[in-house]
Amino acid sequence: MSENTTRDQNLPLLKVNDLHVYYGAIHAVKGISLEVHEGEIVTLIGANGAGKSTTLNTIAGLLKPRQGSIVLGGVPVDGTGASKMVYKGLSLCPEGRRVFQHMTVRENLEMGAYSRPKEEIEASLADVFSRFPRLKEREKQIGGTLSGGEQQMLAMARALMSKPKLMMLDEPSMGLAPILVDQIFGIIQELHESGVTILLVEQNAQMALSVADRAYVLETGRISMSGNAADLLQNDDVQKAYLGN
Amino acid sequence: MDFLFNLVNGLSLGSIYAIIALGYTMVYGIAKMLNFAHGDVIMVGAYISFCAFQYWGLPPLPSVLAAMIFCTVLGVFIERLAYRPLRSATSLAVLITAIGMSYLLQNVALLIFKSDPKNYPGQIIDLPGLSLFGGQLKISGVTLLTIIANIVIMILLTLFINRTKLGKAMRCVSEDRGAAELMGISVNRTISVTFAIGSALAAIAGVLLCSAYPIFDPYTGSMPGIKAFTAAVFGGIGSIPGAMVGGLLLGVIEILGRAYISTQLADAIVFAVLIIVLLVKPSGLLGKQVREKV
Ligand SMILES: Nc1ncnc2c1ncn2[C@@H]1O[C@H](COP(=O)(O)OP(=O)(O)O)[C@@H](O)[C@H]1O
Ligand SMILES: [Mg+2]
Repeated sequence: MSENTTRDQNLPLLKVNDLHVYYGAIHAVKGISLEVHEGEIVTLIGANGAGKSTTLNTIAGLLKPRQGSIVLGGVPVDGTGASKMVYKGLSLCPEGRRVFQHMTVRENLEMGAYSRPKEEIEASLADVFSRFPRLKEREKQIGGTLSGGEQQMLAMARALMSKPKLMMLDEPSMGLAPILVDQIFGIIQELHESGVTILLVEQNAQMALSVADRAYVLETGRISMSGNAADLLQNDDVQKAYLGN
Repeated sequence: MDFLFNLVNGLSLGSIYAIIALGYTMVYGIAKMLNFAHGDVIMVGAYISFCAFQYWGLPPLPSVLAAMIFCTVLGVFIERLAYRPLRSATSLAVLITAIGMSYLLQNVALLIFKSDPKNYPGQIIDLPGLSLFGGQLKISGVTLLTIIANIVIMILLTLFINRTKLGKAMRCVSEDRGAAELMGISVNRTISVTFAIGSALAAIAGVLLCSAYPIFDPYTGSMPGIKAFTAAVFGGIGSIPGAMVGGLLLGVIEILGRAYISTQLADAIVFAVLIIVLLVKPSGLLGKQVREKV
């Protein structure tokens, strides 16, 4: 009981309230509210075009919401530009990876640590290379010459280099062969175990729900369901719509 | 010996084009716009160094520095006032604004300095020339300095872009603005720095140009500006080594064309070569083939 009350008083790490985002006249996100607590993996699932990326990009400051609030670690951050968000402890591994194609693996990682003091970078590089030994082997290779799976790992490693309080991943499994998808989700789980808080966007609902603590289901810009990831995995509606059962 | 003389002069003129082309190519690569006012910043650099030396009594080097500082501030100011508000506008709107800015600079210069040509003081770059092959080949101090300045600028800029944090940030912004922002890079600040560097280089180009061709007026920047833009496209716009190669080739073709083919046709030859290069390699000599995003 007492444990529950302390948890209730704990502020969520991220709290999004009634978020509305437009592309010109297109109302893409229609009043989304969600929370991520420290240490959690929260997933946002939904069909293509549901508004998942729009939501993440807005939280990251790349898009401006027309309405709603975003609070990170108790501090309102709406209106903070994308380039300042990383200094507030938030990093986004964007959809489509967006690795710097003309830079080496190492340079990409160094850019990930742009917001941090120079003397801390070596330690973070060592940490990232121990998580992604493949990247260590490819350290001097140009980003554009990596395979899709390697680029995804690089994008995730780059996002980690800022030592974020909250890491957002936008469809990390997109376009990857099943064995690589398993590997990527394995890494997400490892990150979770080492204490990184994650907000994960996925179309692969099966995988996402099996690694996540909690989940939100997004449908045409609105949250249609939310709850425990394990419960949603068993939910009939979710199974029909997203798991193909 | 005549040929060697022409070649050296071509390299010198080409070096001036290359230094100007850097400004076009960096701004294009990073801010994704054609800054047609860039050529006129050269003219401003020429007038400021002229005034500093002639009227304000500054020695040669501080006069050049004054021009560089003034142009740097001017370049950043132009971007801030005219281009930044159009960051998300169509590229056509930005282009028209840049052309308008070019006319604005020319007309302000006309207002202040009047249209009569001035004579650029030779004392600003007063260096001994070089006499080779027993005096058969004479190279002037300005010519030599121009060629050396270009090489030094290229080396410094390449080191800056590849080694420094700010330089790497510029490469990131050039490649993917959104991803750069996610790293914590301020796109606005990076673009300001790009304009600052390009405009400081334009001031240097103005001093070198007017030291080699001393008659100047408010329209002085416009033709070298267009030629340097051509050089940037020739070498592959967005590419720093491309600006160097494009500039040098353009200068050499122009001078050799003038010497051996026809004085009147020299410019036509330059543009004909450009058209042929672009037909064979649309991205320019060293330009990156743009990969379509899937
Ligand atoms: N740049 C854009 N301009 C206009 N509409 C967009 C843009 N990006 C996304 N949309 C629209 O917004 C909606 C949500 O898109 P998005 O957030 O990318 O969905 P998801 O990531 O869930 O697939 C879609 O209807 C999409 O067509
Ligand atoms: Mg998406």
